[in-house]
Amino acid sequence: MIAPTARNDLILIGAFAAAVLTAPLWLAPIGAGYPDLLQKFAIYGLFAIGFNILFGFTGYLSFGHAAFLGVGSYAAVWSFKLLTMNVLPAVFFAVLVSGLFALAIGFISLRRTGIYFSILTLAFAQMSYNLAYSVLTPITNGETGLQLTTSDPRILDKMAGIDYGAALPTTDLFGTEMTGYPGFYFCAVLMIIGFVIAVRIARSPFGTMLRAIKSNQNRLNYTGINTRPYALAAFVISGMYAGLAGALLACTDPLAGAERMQWTASGEVVLMTILGGAGTLLGPVFGAGVIKYFENIFSAFNHDILMSIFDFLPGWLQGIVVTVSGLFVGEGWHLTLGALFMIIVIFLPGGLMEGVGRIAKLFRKDGGAANSSVSTAPGE
Amino acid sequence: MTSILQVKNVNKSFGGLKALNNVELSVEQGTVHAIIGPNGAGKSTLLNCFVGRLTPDTGTVDFDGTSLLGKQPHEINQVGVSRVFQTPEIFGDLSLVENVMIPTLARRDGAFKLNPWQRVDSIAEVREKAEHLLADVDLQDKKDMIANSLSRGDKRRLELAMCLVQDPKLLLLDEPTAGMSRADTNKTIDLLKRIGERGITKIVIEHDMHVVFSLANKISVMAQGTVIAEGKPEQIKGDPRVQEAYLGGAHL
Ligand SMILES: Nc1ncnc2c1ncn2[C@@H]1O[C@H](COP(=O)(O)OP(=O)(O)OP(=O)(O)O)[C@@H](O)[C@H]1O
Ligand SMILES: [Mg+2]
Repeated sequence: MIAPTARNDLILIGAFAAAVLTAPLWLAPIGAGYPDLLQKFAIYGLFAIGFNILFGFTGYLSFGHAAFLGVGSYAAVWSFKLLTMNVLPAVFFAVLVSGLFALAIGFISLRRTGIYFSILTLAFAQMSYNLAYSVLTPITNGETGLQLTTSDPRILDKMAGIDYGAALPTTDLFGTEMTGYPGFYFCAVLMIIGFVIAVRIARSPFGTMLRAIKSNQNRLNYTGINTRPYALAAFVISGMYAGLAGALLACTDPLAGAERMQWTASGEVVLMTILGGAGTLLGPVFGAGVIKYFENIFSAFNHDILMSIFDFLPGWLQGIVVTVSGLFVGEGWHLTLGALFMIIVIFLPGGLMEGVGRIAKLFRKDGGAANSSVSTAPGE
Repeated sequence: MTSILQVKNVNKSFGGLKALNNVELSVEQGTVHAIIGPNGAGKSTLLNCFVGRLTPDTGTVDFDGTSLLGKQPHEINQVGVSRVFQTPEIFGDLSLVENVMIPTLARRDGAFKLNPWQRVDSIAEVREKAEHLLADVDLQDKKDMIANSLSRGDKRRLELAMCLVQDPKLLLLDEPTAGMSRADTNKTIDLLKRIGERGITKIVIEHDMHVVFSLANKISVMAQGTVIAEGKPEQIKGDPRVQEAYLGGAHL
């Protein structure tokens, strides 16, 4: 474990920022150096960083965070439709609206702890998902999803004299289109900011209280701390991160659908956080990256590709191997994810960060006795 | 002498079991008040009624002129009541310094303060106070260890430091020396005597009569949910009812 001093944190943040900003270079050799995928890394990294503040720091496992992701997307698209195609107002409103939404849901869900809390959040998210399909259709546009049209008012753009003509407009940041690398760098910068905030929270008295809630909420109550508002603050903050991630999804592709709120999406961020290392600072980003990377690779495989990979095998064996491995790719990629998740949780309960810690220890024999509990450390 | 804690007519039943039966207790400011009695007498249950873990079925509990009933645990702590539990309640996966800094912050900043931007290790006064208290309980060498790795006796002393750092007006100690070696028990007695000089009122539940008679100014004896005897240590020592409550009086 590296001591969480102010200086070490600066190094951590600096290294993180450098790694993110140069990602197009060092991820190119493994075939992940293109903007669309990089953007996904940044967006889901942000989602997981925020989720970790609630789950990893505070110990409250929410199964409904996709609701905030969805709300963020809807808010952003409405900002594109009503105000301007500039992404800044969209991001701002998404964070605001999802924060308010999280305040309401958190206020109710946090009346319970443990599994009951998890079930409440799941119930709220599924309710939101169903409402988005039914009574909220005027806001969500139901099954079709909320999309841009050429007839949208876009008041601010009109006032600024921007005319998109007959074509559907694209999102931009003061004239720079949010596609390709500019789009990635916009998301990347926001993720770095999100990371810095998470580091600051982890080191603050507020963050200390969050970790104390996770460790022993009872003791904290008898120590004079009103734990409810602390947990609620963590809930709202993580909801805002999710809303921001949702907005960024809409910035890269300006449409919002209810499926973004489904429980599978809520489950995914739980997997990302645990896979990377809940409670660590870097873990959730790793987890998000690994899952999105493998999703990208495995879901792209199809029967023909598999056939050509296993071409060297005799015909009958090729058939069997392709049929079996076909279960794990394409649509079936979740099977691979499940297997990967089981392996990690069984062998590295502290997630990938525990693996990193163990490897670091091998190289740094002298520090071996210092501390073995990477998983309980807030930092690293 | 003014009494800081006034307990009147407290009853508490769990189903058919009458755990507290018309308990009356008056604890005087600045004294050490011991509560003794056999297992299951209701001693811990009584403390639970003081700190908001349980609400008595009937009766009143007044501290420093105001009622403690209906208050949340954190509110009771904030008016100056800290408790050491029978099974140590600590922040098991945080370091010892953090364990003591948290109650220090709770005293300094109150029940809730949103300060996510300040670095906790930059608040020198809080860290120094916490380290000072760790030194008081002889745990300064272990201050960066994770609390769960401590022995049972060390955990108790850590919890004691967590309570003392809050400068409580009333300190509730539920078997503070259980699980400690003789040497550690004596150290804890010395420590409790020293903090006695600061004028903290203490209620001590103990089975170890050596501890009780070294510290207490007054003793209440409980059995089957009632206070069966009360008085100065000398008086209690010779009381036949007390001998009987302890079945043969092996402890005395
Ligand atoms: N929450 C509860 N629910 C049901 N019964 C309880 C509860 N708390 C305590 N009791 C019962 O009340 C009685 C008094 O228990 P209490 O813990 O107060 O005893 P004690 O005097 O502290 O004993 P010991 O010396 O063993 O700690 C016991 O019979 C116990 O089983
Ligand atoms: Mg007890």
